[in-house]
Amino acid sequence: MCGIIGVIDRSRECMSGASIRSALSMMDERGSGEGAGYVAYGAFPEYAECYAIHVFFDTVHETKPAVDQELAKWGTIVHDEEIPTYEQRNLRKIHTPWRYFFLPDPNLMPRSTTPEDDIVLHLVMKINSSIPGALIYSSGKNIAIFKASGWPEEVADFYRIQDYKGYLWLGHNRYPTNTPGWWGGAHPFNLLHWSVVHNGEITSYGTNRRYIESYGYRCSMFTDTEVVAYLFDLLVRRHHLSPEIAVKALAPPFWDDIDRMPEDMARLNTAIRLTYGPALMNGPFAIVVARPDAIVGFTDRIKLRPLVTGTSGSRLYISSEEAAIRVMEPDVGDITMPRAGEPILGRVVA
Amino acid sequence: MTIGSVPVKFRITVDPDQCMLCGRCVENCPYDVFRIENNRMHVNSRKCVACHRCIAMCPRDAINIRERPVDYRSHPVWTTEIREDIYNQARTGKIILAGMGNARPYPVIFDSLVLDACQVTNPSIDPLREPMELRTYLGKKPSRLEIREARDGVEVLTRIAPNLQLETPIMVGHMSYGAISLNAQQSIARAVSETGTYMGTGEGGLHQSLYPYQSHMIVQVASGRFGVDIDYLERGAAIEIKIGQGAKPGIGGHLPGEKVCEDVSCTRMIPVGSDAISPAPHHDIYSIEDLKQLVRSLKEATEWKKPVFVKIAAVHNAAAIAAGIARSSADAVVIDGFRGGTGAAPKVFRDHVGIPIEAAIASVDAKLRSQGIRNEVSLIASGGIRESADVAKVIALGADAVYIGTAALVAMGCRVCGTCYRGLCPWGIATQRPDLVARLDPDEASRNVANLIHAWTLELSELMGAAGINSIESLRGNRDRLRGYLLDESMMKVLDVKPVGA
Repeated sequence: MCGIIGVIDRSRECMSGASIRSALSMMDERGSGEGAGYVAYGAFPEYAECYAIHVFFDTVHETKPAVDQELAKWGTIVHDEEIPTYEQRNLRKIHTPWRYFFLPDPNLMPRSTTPEDDIVLHLVMKINSSIPGALIYSSGKNIAIFKASGWPEEVADFYRIQDYKGYLWLGHNRYPTNTPGWWGGAHPFNLLHWSVVHNGEITSYGTNRRYIESYGYRCSMFTDTEVVAYLFDLLVRRHHLSPEIAVKALAPPFWDDIDRMPEDMARLNTAIRLTYGPALMNGPFAIVVARPDAIVGFTDRIKLRPLVTGTSGSRLYISSEEAAIRVMEPDVGDITMPRAGEPILGRVVA
Repeated sequence: MTIGSVPVKFRITVDPDQCMLCGRCVENCPYDVFRIENNRMHVNSRKCVACHRCIAMCPRDAINIRERPVDYRSHPVWTTEIREDIYNQARTGKIILAGMGNARPYPVIFDSLVLDACQVTNPSIDPLREPMELRTYLGKKPSRLEIREARDGVEVLTRIAPNLQLETPIMVGHMSYGAISLNAQQSIARAVSETGTYMGTGEGGLHQSLYPYQSHMIVQVASGRFGVDIDYLERGAAIEIKIGQGAKPGIGGHLPGEKVCEDVSCTRMIPVGSDAISPAPHHDIYSIEDLKQLVRSLKEATEWKKPVFVKIAAVHNAAAIAAGIARSSADAVVIDGFRGGTGAAPKVFRDHVGIPIEAAIASVDAKLRSQGIRNEVSLIASGGIRESADVAKVIALGADAVYIGTAALVAMGCRVCGTCYRGLCPWGIATQRPDLVARLDPDEASRNVANLIHAWTLELSELMGAAGINSIESLRGNRDRLRGYLLDESMMKVLDVKPVGA
């Protein structure tokens, strides 16, 4: 059991982290104080063109030179700094969070059509699998992630997320069951422009992981959620599918339903299931995925985890509980509960 | 008399108090074990193969069979079997023939693997109340989809090659008409049609009476090319090129002339009474590029409408070979493990050549994944699938579907006596003698085979539901849901599974 919440402002009007902090705290019942986290899109306007690479260091002086060296091989570190944190009574600072603002050199990956993304993807996989004591946990442009082991309000205060602004926020309150509560295991998970929060357990993880790893991704977080970020990266960025089609691949309709569809829809859904069968995610889950221009929320095919949505003005909210949305926006309207596997999509218009 | 006679393998006793001399055992035993003379039952135990036909037919439970009633002096190295094989070969100077699958007591890896179930953190799924999807598609899949999304709808631009649609991942493997009887083939054909799955014809052509079931039959092209013409290829739902067989990797096949009756001769397209000898290699395939040509020729001949499978025996280098096959335009690779059965094989091959299906599937699946082509080709496991748990485990190790062979025969009465090569099967399965064949009633036998497939399918659904999985593709290659119980570390590395407790 975990609690998730997400909000997007379609006109890119920025919100501070204060309200999502209170919303997530409202769902403390769904967590265990072993992990919480937030992501803000639009957090670094001054470095908007740089990849904001976030690293957890075990010991900065021992490990950072190796990371610096690896990054320098592939581009320019425009700026780097320790992420400011503020001592909390119950939160032990196990890692030192650090952020780099990094510009990859596209000439170094000449055969790629998206060289910058591919360089950063390579760096994430390489550093996470070969430099012990360093873990890249966020790597997108203009995206900030704040996560640690603790209750939502403690983690929020540890980073003082009220000092950051974003037009899209996700929050996650963790009750770990399949892997220990550790900083890297807290949500949101991020890869490049994708961030994911997830409530549930993916019973098909072994299949999904082996599938995604055959495309060069390396799962290094010991938890099932990271495959969601990688699958979205593969399907949407590399295979150019729309987020709606990607959701159909991850939580497809049942064959019985496909058999009853009109011919062209049946053909489409059969093609998706045949091609992306190993990407199908099984088990109970509610997931919200974000990228700079959209968020999408969806559940497993038989909806074994809750998900509700609501709107208010230009804002779309997606959460495990209506009560949490009402903390952020008491006047929220259009509260709906999407059907199993049905994607809820919010896009920016500005 | 240097060697003398060896002890009988089986000792038959007939309880005179029970026996009423009805003579059913006499009628039923094709090996002439029983005879009634002067109102007395006489038994020749030496002829018995323990097929249990007499036991099944005796109305009074009067017959008892004891295995190995006379002990040799025990010895751990010079076992009874080894000694008897030596006597046999010292007498004959010949290769020893054997039937069924590998009979050595190698450990069965399946029995050291355990499956997973959900508790608390995620709900198990009840297949009686929730959808449970076992539908499986066999054939080439694209590596990615190109989709054009327009205002008027969504269009798939990628062409999807023809696939076989299975309602359960359990198929019945290739057993030819000749090796088994027409009644046996008909029974299987009706069972697979009823359960929405497929069977293989084996290398024996397709008998006319099976035409109504042809949409559920995979036709085989093997090294002897028996029964192959364009009509045969066009009738099948898919075509399978047989390179090798788990029971006898590296050698060909031999159907003795006695089994080539009028009907068999017609479907195989060979003269009556002639031995049907399939050479060890295909003489038009001496390398992988030749295989590719054959795959493409068969596709060309059938206008690219049918999937083409390639079957190999599980040998040491199966992973690399399968990867080569996967890139030959083949739609599926069948891996036949060293427990695979056969009508007749040299015993030394049956018992000593090849590797178990568990390890073969695990390594083939891993190799295809490392090359990024796993989902583009289907993987069928066969050879030693004995129960639904084996199906679940081999799918979790990476297979798309399985072929069963022996299990389907057992469902029709086979007692695994391993004497198929003599052509006298008292159950009407592995024989062409009309009186014996007539013993197998296709109405009843097809129901038995369909029942078995249905029962395993139900068990598989329950196992998946318990593991919180409602679609077979989420079990496929999901080795995280397996644990090795007292398997050694190197084996667990090959299988890519963790030990129990980890």
